[in-house]
Amino acid sequence: MPVILTWLHQAILFGAFIMLAALGEILTEKSGNLNLGLPGTMCVGAAAGIIGLDVYSASGGKSAFMIIVISLSCAFAAAAAMGGLYSFFTVTLRINQNVVGLVMTVFGVGLAKFLSACFVNIPASGNVRFERAYTVFSAKVPFISSSLGWVSYLLFSYGFMFYLTIALAVVLTLFLNKTRHGLALRAVGENPAAADAVGINVIKFKYLSTCIGSGITGLAGLFCVMEFKSGAWSTADISSIKAFGWLAVALVIFAMWKPLNLIWGSLLFGIFYWAYQYIIQIPTDITQMLPYIVTIVVLVIVSLKRRKENQGPASLGVTYFREDR
Amino acid sequence: MENAKPVRTAEERSRAPLFHITKRLSIPKWEAWLIRFLSFLGALVLIALFAYLTFGINPLDLYKTMFKGAFLGKNYLIPTLKASAKLLCIAVALAPAFKMKFWNIGAEGQVLAGAMAAAFIMHEFPLLPNGLLLLIMCVAGIVAGGVWGFIPAAFKSRFGTNETLFTLMMNYIAAKIVDYFYNSWKGVKSALGMINGNMLQKATFEKGYLRYLWRDSASSAWYQSEDTWFIIIAASLAAAMYFYLKNTKQGYEIAVVGDSQATARYAGISVNRVVIRTMIISGALCGLCGFLTVSAQSHTVSSEIASGYGFTAIIVAWMSKFNTLVMAGVAVMLVALENGSQAVTNAFYATTGFPTSSASVISGIFLFVIIGSEFNINYKINFRRKTREEA
Repeated sequence: MPVILTWLHQAILFGAFIMLAALGEILTEKSGNLNLGLPGTMCVGAAAGIIGLDVYSASGGKSAFMIIVISLSCAFAAAAAMGGLYSFFTVTLRINQNVVGLVMTVFGVGLAKFLSACFVNIPASGNVRFERAYTVFSAKVPFISSSLGWVSYLLFSYGFMFYLTIALAVVLTLFLNKTRHGLALRAVGENPAAADAVGINVIKFKYLSTCIGSGITGLAGLFCVMEFKSGAWSTADISSIKAFGWLAVALVIFAMWKPLNLIWGSLLFGIFYWAYQYIIQIPTDITQMLPYIVTIVVLVIVSLKRRKENQGPASLGVTYFREDR
Repeated sequence: MENAKPVRTAEERSRAPLFHITKRLSIPKWEAWLIRFLSFLGALVLIALFAYLTFGINPLDLYKTMFKGAFLGKNYLIPTLKASAKLLCIAVALAPAFKMKFWNIGAEGQVLAGAMAAAFIMHEFPLLPNGLLLLIMCVAGIVAGGVWGFIPAAFKSRFGTNETLFTLMMNYIAAKIVDYFYNSWKGVKSALGMINGNMLQKATFEKGYLRYLWRDSASSAWYQSEDTWFIIIAASLAAAMYFYLKNTKQGYEIAVVGDSQATARYAGISVNRVVIRTMIISGALCGLCGFLTVSAQSHTVSSEIASGYGFTAIIVAWMSKFNTLVMAGVAVMLVALENGSQAVTNAFYATTGFPTSSASVISGIFLFVIIGSEFNINYKINFRRKTREEA
């Protein structure tokens, strides 16, 4: 296999779970909620999914279907609850979004470690491996994953979560641009007062999009553990998931809040992440800095062009109170 | 029918919302502080409840251990005060930017930039006379932090680039630059260790350490302690910033720009100039904190030396409503909580299995309650009246 293909393969897999987290964040940010609690949410989602798996496998369960259903629903539910907490503070109590988001990250990372220490039996050194769940999550599509040579290797050699992520990007694009609710959601993010005036329930939209968005972000945490970390779980992994979470926040900006841009954006971030293995002349720390630099470049270009469709939602980061003028 | 009085029917009454929220125009100071104090107590109760329900820890023991771990005895009090000083220093740096409604969430990066510059001088020129070395380190730290604050401000005022996202990204760039130097300096060793920390190399030993200034004298007066100086500098910065924001022309300009940029322009204030100047000050103070951290605390550099305080300081600054004197109290409170809950997990881990990560859960619960109480200060809940109003 040529080196470039291996590199791309790794980049796609790495990009995929960052992309899933970013998809959730785009849905959240479209409602005007800048959720900086994303890293914390991702950790909580991963921890909850792992706990669900642990409980299920401790009771002797082996069914692939149940493993998927239990882990995904635990991850989604716990992360969505974190989104609910965020919405309660920023939408109902109208507290500053940056402040709440940062507290959410501190709290979320701590909670993930706490829950995993309470429920999962991690040996003092090393980690727990969820072998059975890993086989389920990384199961490849039969036949097509090997019959097409390098095309199969690049596009069809991943577990189901990868395809779910791509499908979700398409669905989210359609939802935002082609449906009435999508239009309403965008209106809430752009100008909540105007949306309120035409009878859109701003609070409901903010809550729902943040909860569902956070839930998706939580799935990304589980995705990261199950495929990228090959089903291994330890406390140190929680810290690295947190770092990946910030990368997802950057990716949202890089993609200019458009779900389909995430596909190539995440590929680029993945290429940067793995560059240290293939271009050893450049130090790791410099190649890992690149995602943040290109994000700033995009941010500046977008603000230079002043074209509204490339900017983030206009009310991003601003709390809405109907009686404010 | 014509003279029937408009009595609200049961149905009509139930259609009126159960409560509605209005913004308070003003709130007496004592009432605001009462709300904050009550929420502080409420947070303490919740923390105890959490520890009791999960691991059966006796609330009284919990409070006692927390208090002891934060304040009692020299081994606990000094670290708490020193960490508070660091947190306060960053929060003070953020105050002018936040007052201007410039959401600088890049303090972590600005501190790291300052720390990196100071450490670089310390690492490369250890043979300079120590006073001069410390001076250059200090200036380098301030300049680097200022540059890190200037970049997003320049783009904000020139092109309107979103400052929250820009400063957030600058954090990770600074962290990666620090990682780069850390890794190249440590070479094949497993960790960098202290810079100029080799006792055998007399010429460079402890060069660039604040305590090296008094290394030759035998006595140990109060002023020879790095800890004391860290605390004194942070406290005087807080006082100076209070004066700057309240009593100077520039402070007034910051307040006007924060309230309304249109008003500022109308009054002949150059908004761009104020934004850039204030962000340079903000970044420079963060850089100063980075220098202090390197020269008077860690004596080394890594992307962890800001200990996340660049983010915690945002919470401190916001909770204190940009009043730098209040910040001192809030900073001590948060650090005491952090050290106290650390002490709790250390004390109860062996007996009950209370995991170390509970410290951040405790911090999270506490912060949520405290920041949530701001709602009651800014807004009022009006419940639906139960009596028939217009009867």
